[in-house]
Amino acid sequence: MAVNVVEDWLNACSGCEISILNIGDPLLDLLSEINFVHITALIDHKFFGQTGDGTVMEIPEAVVGIVSGGVRNEEQKHELEEIRKKTKFLISLGSCACYGGVPAQANMWKNEEVFEKVFRQCSSSIPAPDPDDPNVPKWTPTCAAVDEFVNVDIRIPGCPPHPDWIADAITGLLQGKTSWSLPERSVCDTCPVIRLQKSGGGPVKRWLENVEFNPEEGLEKMRCINEQGFLCMGPVTLAGCAGKTGVPRCIQARTPCRGCFGPIRKGVQPMVDMMGALSSVGLDPKSILDRRALMNRYTGGHGNLKVLPARPVK
Amino acid sequence: MSTVINIQPVTRIEGHAKVAITLDDAGNVADTKFHVQTLRGFEKFCEGRPVEEMPRTVCHICGICPWAHHLASSKAADGCFGVTPPPTAVKLRRLMQSIAYVSDKILHFYFLAAPDFVIGPDADYSVRNVVGIAKAAPDIAKQVVHMRHLGAQMLEGFAGRAIHPTFSVPGGVSKPLTEGERQKLLPPAEELLEFAKFTTKFAKENVFPKYMDAIKSIGLIDVGYLGTVRDDGALDFYDGKLRMMKHDGSYDDFAYDEYLDYIGEWVEPWSYQKFPFAKKWGQLNMSLENPTGVYRTNCLARINVADKMATPLAQAELEEFRAAFGRPAHYTLLYHYARLIELLQTAETMVELLNDPEITGTDIRVPVAAKAGRGVGCVEAPRGTLIHDYECDGDGLITKLNMIVGTTHNNAAINLSVNQAAKEVIKAGKYDQGVLNRIEMAVRSYDP
Repeated sequence: MAVNVVEDWLNACSGCEISILNIGDPLLDLLSEINFVHITALIDHKFFGQTGDGTVMEIPEAVVGIVSGGVRNEEQKHELEEIRKKTKFLISLGSCACYGGVPAQANMWKNEEVFEKVFRQCSSSIPAPDPDDPNVPKWTPTCAAVDEFVNVDIRIPGCPPHPDWIADAITGLLQGKTSWSLPERSVCDTCPVIRLQKSGGGPVKRWLENVEFNPEEGLEKMRCINEQGFLCMGPVTLAGCAGKTGVPRCIQARTPCRGCFGPIRKGVQPMVDMMGALSSVGLDPKSILDRRALMNRYTGGHGNLKVLPARPVK
Repeated sequence: MSTVINIQPVTRIEGHAKVAITLDDAGNVADTKFHVQTLRGFEKFCEGRPVEEMPRTVCHICGICPWAHHLASSKAADGCFGVTPPPTAVKLRRLMQSIAYVSDKILHFYFLAAPDFVIGPDADYSVRNVVGIAKAAPDIAKQVVHMRHLGAQMLEGFAGRAIHPTFSVPGGVSKPLTEGERQKLLPPAEELLEFAKFTTKFAKENVFPKYMDAIKSIGLIDVGYLGTVRDDGALDFYDGKLRMMKHDGSYDDFAYDEYLDYIGEWVEPWSYQKFPFAKKWGQLNMSLENPTGVYRTNCLARINVADKMATPLAQAELEEFRAAFGRPAHYTLLYHYARLIELLQTAETMVELLNDPEITGTDIRVPVAAKAGRGVGCVEAPRGTLIHDYECDGDGLITKLNMIVGTTHNNAAINLSVNQAAKEVIKAGKYDQGVLNRIEMAVRSYDP
């Protein structure tokens, strides 16, 4: 019998849902084994009844809950809590749900500063007060990861997560496995480039020039991007972006890793470790402009990015 | 006492929205609003970031059209640093855009829109969806999944990523296309073009004719259009000038960096999404009886503002479309038809570019140095015109950023369309889920 699943996006871009659809040929088989009782992207189930006259948000009971996106407003928080109550296993899908994601860079400002910019400072905007109607949910104090509010059973990070892992984790649950996680490996552990443990030294290069490579040759003939002098987040980023078999996706594009799978394990300090990795090949990590945001591009939840106290005026 | 019907969430769209319909004592529609309930604040948190990081940060605005944001951002970054990418780099950007758009249009037509037309607008919600399609037409469903997978594999095989790409950079792209890679991309591209032809034919013969009554009644409004055209007036997704057309077909053309003279953004207390309006047409007025300043983007708008399509098969379809519906065509549900005409153009462009000798050139990025500047980069995303306007300081860090993106342009028009649709289908307090779905169909046409 098909297993009931609730899926919804919170503070998300829908890339995770597209990644589900990119599972490819196994998708239709998977769709016959699971029964989506709610999925905003694909099915017209409504929270307030099919004729819109309900007064409380109704989430159907399900074995599995999948949420993408972090928590950015009170209604998303409420919905997340309801999904947690109604489901046996909760999956946080994607780096926004797992770590706050790119939108958690907003945590570097006070909420009122963001609203001031969006509704009064943008060059095309006719300045107006912040929207405050009950139909626009109030922002939570920060842009948060899902587990800052509820217990999460399975985390599938990535921006977006690779379809292999989504299929793997869901298939595992259907077969009765109640836990799942990616192996604790770094992107570098899965990256075939040449590493010599040294670079040309000096300041870290801005990504204003392409990395050096021969396009006719594979990655195994290309020098490590950090060792070429650029910031590549590979050393401190969890591997898995290319699924079960491929090489890291950004490296395949001959571009540096930007860290989208988040840290290799809980409790590490990726920024400190990354600065260490750059130093170890002779580069000066302090030369990187804007390193706090660049090294926490996907991980601004959990208090990793916050408003810094104003600098005293000189 | 008035009653409020809350359609929440609006489903089979790509965002967070609800439609609230207020009925008066007699059960007739007094007011309908389309509320966008989320805000992320990219305009603020991109401040201080290096310009060269923007293309691979702002792609996260949308997981369905990341390539559109990636490219608009690259063009804005080119502008900030005052560089022009080499011709091969521009062709490679266009190629990636075409592949991504083919996948996107197939997704919308079959997975998001088709349930209303193939299963039927009044069918129960539990079958009116992609799973229902897979049961009703398993062979087509299998093909659609295969075609979408092909598109994703093409993007990943060459550019590493299908979603949230890193390939395009200020001054060009990150890698050239080798002859071996070109030969790998060509067969799937040709397969997708064949599928695009099949889809257009299938829709014209089996889908649209049955719904002519709905097409002529749901979401119908009198507003203008915005899109991008080349100097010769042909529709272009990657580059050109912006054209803003009035309801009567008269228009103004303008350069990207003049957009502030033509477009303003209004804020309403009941939506996080702003309401862009045509400044030259007066103040924004969203009344159904006499709307002013309202324009639409996305496919129907593009094929209305363009004098012609850029490729032969798409042009033939446009001629047939115009013979039936005129120019500009106003029926909202015609967005679905227009989307397929564009599907043909993007598929034809993809194959054409892969056969272009310059596509395998190795001059793919010009030298770039950080400096103060401003760049306004625009492309046509599947959902409408993207405007990315960046300013940076001498270190190349963003100081000021403004964006007007795809569906935001359509915000006022979507509100008008849901209001029109609600008034059309709800009378004397009578409605059921099929009736409410017809109101959502007005929203879905815009593929928000």
